[in-house]
Amino acid sequence: MEYMLMFNETREELAKRDNPAAAPAYWGAWQAYIGALKAAGVSKGGNGLQPPRTGTTLRMVDGIRTVQDGPFADAKEYLGGYFILEVASLEEALEWASRSPSASAGSVEVRPVMPPPPSA
Amino acid sequence: MSPPTDTRLIVEKVARVSYGRLLAFLVSRFRDLQRAEDALSDALVTALDRWPKEGVPSSPEGWILTVAKRNLLMLSRHDRVEDAFARATLEAPLEDEEAPSTFPDERLRMLFLCAHASVEPSMRMPLMLQVVLGLEAKQIAAALLVSPSAMAQRLVRTKARLNGEEISFEIPSGDELESKLFSVLETIYAAYGLALDGIMITGAAAAEMREEALYLVELVVSLLPNEPEPMGLLALILFCESRSRARISDAGDFVPLHAQDTSRWNTAQILSAEQWLSRASSLRRPGPLQLEAAIQSAHSQRAATGVVPWWGIAELYSSLVSFAPTVGARVAQAIAVGESEGPSQGLRLLDALERDEPKRINSHQPFWVARAELSFRSQDFSLAKGSMIRAIGLSDRSEIRAYLIARAAYFDSRAVPRASVDD
Repeated sequence: MEYMLMFNETREELAKRDNPAAAPAYWGAWQAYIGALKAAGVSKGGNGLQPPRTGTTLRMVDGIRTVQDGPFADAKEYLGGYFILEVASLEEALEWASRSPSASAGSVEVRPVMPPPPSA
Repeated sequence: MSPPTDTRLIVEKVARVSYGRLLAFLVSRFRDLQRAEDALSDALVTALDRWPKEGVPSSPEGWILTVAKRNLLMLSRHDRVEDAFARATLEAPLEDEEAPSTFPDERLRMLFLCAHASVEPSMRMPLMLQVVLGLEAKQIAAALLVSPSAMAQRLVRTKARLNGEEISFEIPSGDELESKLFSVLETIYAAYGLALDGIMITGAAAAEMREEALYLVELVVSLLPNEPEPMGLLALILFCESRSRARISDAGDFVPLHAQDTSRWNTAQILSAEQWLSRASSLRRPGPLQLEAAIQSAHSQRAATGVVPWWGIAELYSSLVSFAPTVGARVAQAIAVGESEGPSQGLRLLDALERDEPKRINSHQPFWVARAELSFRSQDFSLAKGSMIRAIGLSDRSEIRAYLIARAAYFDSRAVPRASVDD
């Protein structure tokens, strides 16, 4: 089964990416984790994401289009990256989620990938 | 009269400390796990309602037990009880209560019930955590990495299946005892390990659960005095407990066994562990738990001699692996052999393990730590570094990850000058 692991990071955690004192440990832990995922043959791909402020949010309100810099709303945690895993069960997906750096500093959401809907 | 919040705390404390004993007692009399649980939780709700108005009774446990029994009797009446035990209890006057804290501890029977053939092996520990140690489904789910709703459903299904069987609440004997005893002890040890890791619960609750696990093993030992394996487990847990103050430094960093300050080990617990282990050995029926305890006993010798007897430990692991060739035991054996015969011998064992269990080691963090350390000692720096990075990626505790990242940096500091010399 395929599951998406969504790694949610706090502002403090995201700030480590650009902090020379904290960045090596931050990236080291993530690279090791992603390396382990790939070496175990469970990864079907994924990416880290640039910080939330680099995002642009678009929506239609009453027929009027608005475009906004950054995320839609302030939050405690932001999506920092995602991976799709091919594993046998939710338990196995949760095991991999528990090993990610954001399991101890942030959170990980695990969701089954939807099979393609029956074609019309 | 106590203010309501205090009353709530008292009810919670009774629920936490006495849940397993109360439930085991009720099940032993009524032979119905689901109803006993319902009756007990209803009694706790009644306590929450009435104690703030009427004051906390002098024996909170006895009060809750009485109310739970009444609840069960009501249910039984509705059912026109057929069960002899329930009928006997029905006929006994309610006032004839066991003295508050002297009602018999039936948790050993409950432990064997959790190891019943109709309970799937994977559900034995969750069931035990819930019905003997009183943990909630969501705590169990977090410890075992299962979704909370799935865990709750599985627990309900497991109990329904158990209730469908004739609940035998007896302690087995003969061959049956041996096989079930192993499962009971394994479950207690696993629960102890979870509490020790502090994954599911931390602080006071974890300490309480470790004490409970210790108490349960003591209970098994006292009720089965001719069985050596319970004594082996008791010794094993006491050895682990003796080092609990040394596993984390004052700064909060993880400290591996070989680097622990032995002055922080608890000498009284080590002594007690040694005594239980030698009593177990005197019964001359070795088993995996006694071997594991013997390995920990050997590690404890470092406190007196300053050295770890790796040869002896390697021998013990070789016996342990012949009992139960688990991946964990084989990795530990490789480390011991690496220490006693040299890193290349240890690496050979790891290579063999990789051939036998290629899939399992993909997610087995200790395998990669062992390969990293042994490769480093045999000066294969690139294998050491690569393996350490795998281990970091497989760690689920931030303090362990931090420790391994520091080790990887140390590897780098030793490897770089050497590499430049080679060039």
